[in-house]
Amino acid sequence: MRTPFSRLVSKTMVIDQSDIDTDQIIPARFLTTTQREGLGKHCFADWRYQADGSPNPEFVFNHDDAAGAAILVAGANFGCGSSREHAPWALLDAGIRAVLAPSIADIFRNNALKNGLLALPVDESLYQRLLQRRGHAVEIDLQRQGIVLDDGTVALFELEPFLRRCLMEGSDDFDFLLARLPAIANFEGERAWTP
Amino acid sequence: MSTAEPIVSAAPQTLFDKLWALHEVEPEAVDRPALIYIDLHLIHEVTSPQAFAELSRRGLSVRRPDRTYGTIDHSTPTTPVAEDGSRNWVSSDAEHQVATLRSNCKAWGIALEDWDSQRRGIVHVMGPELGLTRPGMTIVCGDSHTSTHGAFGAIAFGIGTTEVGHVLATQCLMQRKPKTMAIEIDGPLAPGVDAKDVVLHVIGQIGVGGGRGHAIEFCGSTVRAMSMEQRMTLCNMSIEAGARCGLVAPDQTTFDYLQGRRYAPSGEAWEQAQRHWRALVSDADAVYDSHVRINARDIAPTLSWGVHPGQVMAVDAHTPASPDADQRRGLRYMGFGAGDAAIGRPVQVVFVGSCTNGRLSDLRQVASLLRGRRVHPSVRMLVVPGSAQVKRDAEAEGLDRIFIEAGAQWREPGCSMCIAMNGDLVAPGELAVSTSNRNFEGRQGPGSRTILASPLTAAACAIAGRITDPRDYLQEAAA
Ligand code: SF4
Repeated sequence: MRTPFSRLVSKTMVIDQSDIDTDQIIPARFLTTTQREGLGKHCFADWRYQADGSPNPEFVFNHDDAAGAAILVAGANFGCGSSREHAPWALLDAGIRAVLAPSIADIFRNNALKNGLLALPVDESLYQRLLQRRGHAVEIDLQRQGIVLDDGTVALFELEPFLRRCLMEGSDDFDFLLARLPAIANFEGERAWTP
Repeated sequence: MSTAEPIVSAAPQTLFDKLWALHEVEPEAVDRPALIYIDLHLIHEVTSPQAFAELSRRGLSVRRPDRTYGTIDHSTPTTPVAEDGSRNWVSSDAEHQVATLRSNCKAWGIALEDWDSQRRGIVHVMGPELGLTRPGMTIVCGDSHTSTHGAFGAIAFGIGTTEVGHVLATQCLMQRKPKTMAIEIDGPLAPGVDAKDVVLHVIGQIGVGGGRGHAIEFCGSTVRAMSMEQRMTLCNMSIEAGARCGLVAPDQTTFDYLQGRRYAPSGEAWEQAQRHWRALVSDADAVYDSHVRINARDIAPTLSWGVHPGQVMAVDAHTPASPDADQRRGLRYMGFGAGDAAIGRPVQVVFVGSCTNGRLSDLRQVASLLRGRRVHPSVRMLVVPGSAQVKRDAEAEGLDRIFIEAGAQWREPGCSMCIAMNGDLVAPGELAVSTSNRNFEGRQGPGSRTILASPLTAAACAIAGRITDPRDYLQEAAA
């Protein structure tokens, strides 16, 4: 059971760049782990650290005022590339609870939501507003399905009811799926042709 | 909806719609996604351990070990086993990861193609080769390039580790039905142009997010004329356009490929299967949510110049003259300027392999240029077969001799430099021409630079030691 998600208030951390792929979020050399935990220190490793291992002062994760930010604002097509669930695991372990981007890659979004990381597409005007209010506080309210900026901007978002319920309860599809086992067995028994 | 009888429906349907309906245990509703049955679940060492651990934590079992099939490919060394039996593991973690898969498969009675297997291979090369991948199936794997299997007329897509757990425990997934997109490619391919060039061109046209939320059906005369290997290359990279999956309707080419393979049906079952498979086509007047038309005559040998597979150009073209911010970032990382030619640029590494282009037909293309020539002394070239079967077949034809005599390294099967997590790395700042599928920053090692290309282009670059138009060599051969 994960921490239920209902309302999040945090300052934002911004990477204004499109097509941020999962190889950046968590480079492949860290995928030899058999655990889910402990990936936060490798999140964005190749942007965050210089070749000698020291922090890259230009990358937003290392900015003093980004400390404690739980909302990542990023460009379109965030999370494209591989299906590695290590990407949302790493972001969550690094303290990120929500990603707001003009569009989010399918598999990443699915993986994120199943782990309690709220990955939400936002429209272009809200994205621009978030860029202007970089580092300011944003409230995401899952109950009311609203995003509120500290300048009073309010935007409503759609989230599919099933996923929203899972997030708010801190559950995933597992229990739902297990309850369907009789229907699954029935399907298997009745198939006229199995490819 | 529980039978698998052919769907009789008034409205014309796409192939994807038909396949989806055949696997709906329960259709989607406003408040919940559809429950979709999975026919084949492929697993490998990287994305499965946490799923098995979750099963144990919940006290659950693997429901259908007979529909689950494992291989080791991502973190495995590609150098041969030493005399004392030791292997060149990149780390003890990598070795532990493979051992974990081995013990999970043993515990649950799941077939695993391990080191000693003559059938082991990259998961997306192995499945089709063994006839595990068949028309009409739903196929998933904790790997985005599962889209490859769509070449057989299957719904095949990558999933995360949580969903790997769902499939292990229930053989089902909760899924919203994606939209459909037709990519219709017509006309003959020009000499020196292959499926890889086609798919790079397509991604250049629709963009890396262009397929988001869609299942792509590749159709048209160009696709019909393609071999299964070429169709696999095409579907493999549909994920690079952001698509949920890619597929091609099965036809005689598909059936001929499958006949006689280890897990393909035989005898009466083969005849019966073909009857079912022949119905797996989009209806003539089926409507897709979007429709893209591509003229094959417009496609030249194509390369990537930037840091994602949508940043591509014809080999003899120039990088964008007035780049936007994202393009500038791609150019800078790759060391290109605006309006630069790629041709002539020195290359340090050439990688031939991966689930995109690591099959026998790809190796034959490479060998056709390397025969009697040498890899340029400044180039390190790795040729990594996609499976043990590809390796055996290539060696039977003497391709390994051609590669070795040309100065390339001939390796054991695996993902190798495609993902660079087994120790096969491109060094920081080096430029690699690669037949793999991703040119993301650092994909082939921290600081590495990748140019995606076809096997033929990769071979030409290896010989010249710089970016080269493969057609130069074809003309030479014809002259
Ligand atoms: S060859 Fe590359 S893309 Fe294919 S499965 Fe292996 S790592 Fe993934």
